[in-house]
Amino acid sequence: MSSTLIVITLISLFFLIVAGIYAIVKKDLLQAVIATGLISLVLSILFFILQAPDVALTEAAIGIALSTIIFVLAIRNTKRFED
Amino acid sequence: MKKLLIFALLLFIGFEILTVLADVPFGEDRMNVSKFYLEKSPAELKVANVVTAIVVNFRGFDTLGEVTVLFLAAAGIGSILYRRRSVHTGLNPKRTSTEASSIVQAGAKVLFPLILLLGAYVFVHGHLTPGGGFQGGAIIATGFLLKLISYRKFSVKHSTVTWVESLAGIVFVVLGLLGIVYGGTFLENFLPAGELNSLISGGVIGIIYVAVGFKVGSELTGVLDTLLNISQDEETQ
Repeated sequence: MSSTLIVITLISLFFLIVAGIYAIVKKDLLQAVIATGLISLVLSILFFILQAPDVALTEAAIGIALSTIIFVLAIRNTKRFED
Repeated sequence: MKKLLIFALLLFIGFEILTVLADVPFGEDRMNVSKFYLEKSPAELKVANVVTAIVVNFRGFDTLGEVTVLFLAAAGIGSILYRRRSVHTGLNPKRTSTEASSIVQAGAKVLFPLILLLGAYVFVHGHLTPGGGFQGGAIIATGFLLKLISYRKFSVKHSTVTWVESLAGIVFVVLGLLGIVYGGTFLENFLPAGELNSLISGGVIGIIYVAVGFKVGSELTGVLDTLLNISQDEETQ
């Protein structure tokens, strides 16, 4: 890997960890779901860098769009904040 | 005290996993079957994308199982959550409490055909470029999702979704049965392989992936439409 790719990978990993911790700690479920969507976004970039474009496409379509919207719909029918 | 105990336990488990995994060489090629796949899929099957050759040809039966699992999940969600549309008005009850803004609506109008085109491209070229039936179907479902959340009136007909889904599944199974007739085993690649890197190549792989793309796309679209309908039904009550 070239040095720019390594830098991009490290920045992506940093965002991945920060978004993961945010999703766990946050009491507002909607913000936590958006953070999980962010994890999927960063993860699909990482899959692409690691030369797995098939997995990156799946992660982009299902992880970012479909599962996020299903979580949002579930939150809309229940309470928004965790007790 | 409790937290300390949990921390010690986690440390112990981590140490155990580390000692086991430290001996495993990372990234070393130890499987003979991968060499077989890498040699055989461009040479004999004329499939440029080796992942597709493995998923649809060498392990086509697994793919049929995955498609069945997805179908069962979609059917379960539909049977539990599906509600008929209102008899009095004939329209779907309103999906969102407020209409999406005109910017979103105009953007959805522009993007929707492009997303469908991208999804169709991904599953038609499944044996040439990365991606395939599952990815293309998921992309198509995101296109329908965009349309569903930006327009109140837009809805997919469940009978159409069911027909497309069933026909695609039937195509998959019939191709497998034709493999028994002409080739000897289920899902045998009985069509001529064609030329490497051309659109019509790889025998049944391209046809199966088109069928899988339609199936996954219609299933996920049906699931999303059902979920969106249930959520506004609860609101009106």
